[in-house]
Amino acid sequence: MKAAVIVFPGSNCDRDVAVALEASMGSKPLMVWHRDTQLPAVDLIVVPGGFSYGDYLRCGAMAAHSPIMQEVKARADQGARVLGICNGFQIITEAGLLPGVLMRNAGLKFICKDVFLRVENDRTDFCRYYRSGDVVRYPIAHAEGNYFVDPKTYREMEDNGQIAFRYCGADGAVAPEFNPNGSLGNVAGVYNEKKTVLGLMPHPERLAEDLLGGADGKLMFDSLVEALS
Amino acid sequence: MSQITPEIIAQHGIKPDEYTLILEIMGRPPNLTELGIFSVMWSEHCSYKSSKKWLKTLPTKAPWVICGPGENAGIIDIGDDQAIVFKMESHNHPSFIEPYQGAATGVGGILRDVFTMGARPIANMNALRFGDPSNAKTRHLVAGVVAGIGGYGNCVGVPTVGGETNFHKSYNGNILVNAMTVGLADKNNIFYSAAAGVGNPVVYFGSKTGRDGIHGATMASAEFDEKSEEKRPTVQVGDPFTEKLLIEACLELMATDVIVAIQDMGAAGLTSSSFEMASKGGLGVELDLDSVPMREEGMSAYEIMLSESQERMLMILKPGKEDVARAIMDKWELDFAVIGTLTDTGRMVLKRHGEVVANLPIDPLAQASPEYDRPWVAPAKQPVIPAEQIEAVDPVSALKTLLGCPDLASKRWIWQQYDHMVMGDTVQRPGGDAAVVRIHGTNKAVAITTDCTPRYCQADPHQGGRQAVAEAYRNLSATGAVPLAVTDNLNFGNPEKHEIMGQIVEAIKGMGEACRELDFPVVSGNVSLYNETQGTAIQPTPAIGAVGLLDDVNKHMTLAFKAGGNHIVLLGETKGWLGASLYLREVCGREEGAPPPVALHRERRKGELVRQLIQDEQIVACHDISDGGLLVAVAEMAMASGIGASLDAPASVPLHAWCFGEDQGRYLLEVGQDDLVAVLEAAQEHDCVARVIGKTGGNDIAVGGAAVGVAELKATNEGWLPAYMGGEMSGH
Repeated sequence: MKAAVIVFPGSNCDRDVAVALEASMGSKPLMVWHRDTQLPAVDLIVVPGGFSYGDYLRCGAMAAHSPIMQEVKARADQGARVLGICNGFQIITEAGLLPGVLMRNAGLKFICKDVFLRVENDRTDFCRYYRSGDVVRYPIAHAEGNYFVDPKTYREMEDNGQIAFRYCGADGAVAPEFNPNGSLGNVAGVYNEKKTVLGLMPHPERLAEDLLGGADGKLMFDSLVEALS
Repeated sequence: MSQITPEIIAQHGIKPDEYTLILEIMGRPPNLTELGIFSVMWSEHCSYKSSKKWLKTLPTKAPWVICGPGENAGIIDIGDDQAIVFKMESHNHPSFIEPYQGAATGVGGILRDVFTMGARPIANMNALRFGDPSNAKTRHLVAGVVAGIGGYGNCVGVPTVGGETNFHKSYNGNILVNAMTVGLADKNNIFYSAAAGVGNPVVYFGSKTGRDGIHGATMASAEFDEKSEEKRPTVQVGDPFTEKLLIEACLELMATDVIVAIQDMGAAGLTSSSFEMASKGGLGVELDLDSVPMREEGMSAYEIMLSESQERMLMILKPGKEDVARAIMDKWELDFAVIGTLTDTGRMVLKRHGEVVANLPIDPLAQASPEYDRPWVAPAKQPVIPAEQIEAVDPVSALKTLLGCPDLASKRWIWQQYDHMVMGDTVQRPGGDAAVVRIHGTNKAVAITTDCTPRYCQADPHQGGRQAVAEAYRNLSATGAVPLAVTDNLNFGNPEKHEIMGQIVEAIKGMGEACRELDFPVVSGNVSLYNETQGTAIQPTPAIGAVGLLDDVNKHMTLAFKAGGNHIVLLGETKGWLGASLYLREVCGREEGAPPPVALHRERRKGELVRQLIQDEQIVACHDISDGGLLVAVAEMAMASGIGASLDAPASVPLHAWCFGEDQGRYLLEVGQDDLVAVLEAAQEHDCVARVIGKTGGNDIAVGGAAVGVAELKATNEGWLPAYMGGEMSGH
């Protein structure tokens, strides 16, 4: 598998995801600067977390219109896998790669903590090492992760297996008390129609090593390597 | 030029005798720009004129110290050609006036101090003190400060890994926001601020200069009065995105070989950065202020020199290297301008619109600033209060009171608003004795802590100073880290008052003793005085930030109980010291008595023992005993794991004093059955008192015939701050 990580000037999880990718891939991903207009030939494009261009405007709104994102969209159309984490989820959603929108957290504050997620669809390249219904623990760290989409689209997404993860309790129960940000249906991550693009607020790269408190996230990168090699 | 009147001089915070000195140095009356420059350079904040005499007494050297106080930050060697650069700095006055921006720019400033030296920031910490929770302003200040710290640190992508937060009415009118940054540098590529090379270009880069923050340093050197709210315009506005760009641009530039010297523009902005660089290099500077990138039109020389606009840097480049630097700044979309040259005149010459607007000698301003030996009186000693004279409340109810009191209540509500995991090396997150951050790509880690117990410092600043250092030493040792060095952030009231000056002197003496005895040198620091409002001073708060090193990160120790059925070993002596304790204040409502003394020679032995036991993998949990005493420490170990404990209190000490006494130099160790003998023997070899006081297990904490569920304690401990911030209660 070949992977690229898009680096905006305010990206700050670019190194973290590169470390996690390297641990699973055995080689370093390519780091692609936001002003580049050409993407190398890769199987996976990661849009990492951070603050793209400062995000003083709506998160990801400016980045979605950057030259490199035109290229990311073109590659996604051609079938490359795209993974947007946190700010990356906001950016690819703003860019139209995924349905819906990410709003300010219901509690209006930035929240950094581990959360439990229920895997909703294991039949994707991102989650083949998980089983549907598995409970995994990833950290969140965001102020704008409150996912919303219109009811009709939401039903279509559910029917089409496009809900990737939902916030849940340790036993997998999906309930309002486990929802950290007010997200519709406790949604933590979603796919596009073809399941080639995944966006999620939690950070799999932050718990991909036991020393840091857990390695549930590593299986996502292992899944991608398995699927795309 | 306008006439310099006594009123203008007073408005600049310059005392009449200081003005006489200015006239001597200048040989003529200064103009307004020059007077403004003197006022910021000689402000307490920039000149340390009241504290310098005493700061010089602190130990600053050790074989592992690469750079001590006097530079932007201190530097220590951690082996493998790597160095740790760190410092703590206050942003108290601005944070009270405008909590979000005040705290945010405090973080920005301390980050710059660290990356200016060539280090990538790898962790932030903060030590916060707020007023009484029932004070009308406290909630608003907590919310603003926490949001400001988070808003800035989260965006720049440096994890905020820990800190401390206290509440006390003495901070009602003067909160303390002390921010610390730890950075990692290549030992062979460190950058300093001494200018060199006559004719070399003086280069400005970063954000543009605006009219914000003018006279911030002077404001931070005065007491507050009822009109302090009007000082809001002196608070700067932070832009963390630009700071992120500045970090990356600086580090990229530093990887090339073009920089002679570099300094951030912090307090007193372009004035202090240019004076300090020139003074350290023994040179002069000529600046063309028309070249300074400006945010607004029509700025005067006075405004340009005194602006404290954020995210700005000044550097001296090697000749002919402007294009290399400019290309990197263009990549990161930062302003870049050559604004002057170094000269051999020893003078600062400033030009605006083609005319010389200021011409000042550099050394008398920067290095020969006034130094005062302010009169002081040693604070009166408080009486030692025997435990028998302190009401015995049943341990369970007192424990619940303590765990739910503002100082001990969980600070999760605060640190969950900080990204404490970005950079992927946070091994111990907030909530432990110290944060542990791995050195990226290695098997090493640094442990980081901030400590101070202001109520001890109030009762006896000398013991309080010793205790703050000793507690930092313990917190690092409890994770297994070898304590290496200290940064201090000395927060006090008005030094012109003899009693306050006495607190400063005694606290520094105490700190110095502890640092010497523990081989724990001070490598950087900051002084914040005049923390008074309408004559009322804060409790003396010499906050200590400290860094230790773990050679093997896999052996880092945590405080959570690991399993039921293990022994709980108490290391250190328990006499039941309740004077100046949290029990006395929170349970009995009394703030009095002498604080517990710190026996430094035993402190060191115990620290070495604990680290050896961790290294040899003979203990499975470790926690130092501090605020609230032994039972609180046991409860913290239980709450972190959900595993209970049953304790056997000795008959020799009154139960309430055994549970809640704050005798110093103590640790709790969790030891498996197989290791118990070895642990007790090792203690004996180190001449340390150690005894088994109970066992882990169950869901309760049981002591003296009473028991309470760990879950109930956790609910109490976790509940207070969210409820308070949610407005459900007005205090305690």
